[in-house]
Amino acid sequence: MNNNLDQTILRIAEIIINTLKLEDVTPETFEANLDLVDEVGIDSMDLATIALVIRDEFGVRIDEDDYPKLTTLRIISEYITEKLQGEE
Amino acid sequence: MKTVSSLLDPEWYERYKRISKLNIRSSIYDVTDRCNLRCKGCFFFSSNEHKAASEEKDVTKWEAFVESEMGRGVNLAILIGGEPTLCPDRIEAFYKRLPTFVATNGMIKVDRDRFPDLMVGISLWGDREDEILLRGKDTFAISSSHYAGDPNVYYLYTITPKQLGKIEDNIRRIKDVGLKVHMQLLSNDEGIDGFSWQPDELIAVRAEMDQMLDDYPETVISSKYYHQIITTGIMCGRRFGWMECPSVTDSIDQRDPRPKRLTNFIRWASDLKTMHRCCTSETRDCSTCKDGAAHMSWVMVNKRAHMNSSEDLQNWIEVYEMFAKLYRYIPW
Repeated sequence: MNNNLDQTILRIAEIIINTLKLEDVTPETFEANLDLVDEVGIDSMDLATIALVIRDEFGVRIDEDDYPKLTTLRIISEYITEKLQGEE
Repeated sequence: MKTVSSLLDPEWYERYKRISKLNIRSSIYDVTDRCNLRCKGCFFFSSNEHKAASEEKDVTKWEAFVESEMGRGVNLAILIGGEPTLCPDRIEAFYKRLPTFVATNGMIKVDRDRFPDLMVGISLWGDREDEILLRGKDTFAISSSHYAGDPNVYYLYTITPKQLGKIEDNIRRIKDVGLKVHMQLLSNDEGIDGFSWQPDELIAVRAEMDQMLDDYPETVISSKYYHQIITTGIMCGRRFGWMECPSVTDSIDQRDPRPKRLTNFIRWASDLKTMHRCCTSETRDCSTCKDGAAHMSWVMVNKRAHMNSSEDLQNWIEVYEMFAKLYRYIPW
């Protein structure tokens, strides 16, 4: 479970870095608990773009109403992991 | 990676925290197709937006409409016109449900018993001479008598090229009646002679706006970065125009790629069905648009673009604070 979550965190970090063209950060150095909105400056449009990539890659649809609570890499990854487990 | 806290000292970070969670979702509403003035250069009439739709007269439909707008996530209603104060029942449909701002020419005084803390912005187009030329009367004499000292009112001073060198006179008379002022620039939609901005005039007006902010900080609600953006039309090396504007009605926005934009923004006509293209004139050339709200929103939706340096991010914060003050999310 933890291993899966760690892998998901790394992959989501990679998606965010590539989608938003973030510099000076790698999936490994992207702090999982960093506030994406307050600290990285991500807004709802960025989240919508990221959500599309996540949907394509993980087959998980992120409800727009859930955007406000998806504030860190870890929370997004847990959200995806729970959704995938719910489908099993 | 640059983060907000790495770019700001503790004082600026506190200012940032104060605005970062506001999550403002505004839309704009034409309350009526009618006005009690016919100003030369008013985009609403010059682009025939008053004929775009037949206004809804049943106030219960306005009430239901506002409820549906809240369901769409709108949490700030900006009422324009025509002249909204001609229809207080429609204003009330918003006011009872949402933070509401009314843009008015100030000829009719809002009933403060009915709307005690309604936010009001009064349009002003210059000194007495220009007001008479462009609007047919000296509106300031009337509007200032209606609203002097009102803590929920400010002037929306639209500066024209004719006002160069005379801006301070207007700021001072607004200060003298105990009100605040926000400055914006005229977009000369009707091509009136002498009212289109020339490059040297834009440089001069920026310097004058900066000076007003320095000299009247208790009266002027503004920021120097906003002055820079609105006079140059350039932000972070990008030029304002149709492909950059954040204030396009969401459901008819077919731009590709979609720029950063106001979430769920719609400008509704007064039939409550028709949607206008954007927050201002549909016939305006976007490359010459000077709309103040569009330019400040342009900055606000581009936070990450302002995370290259501490100065950029501080500029972004100041513009966001200006917007938040104009709509009373934070104190003046």
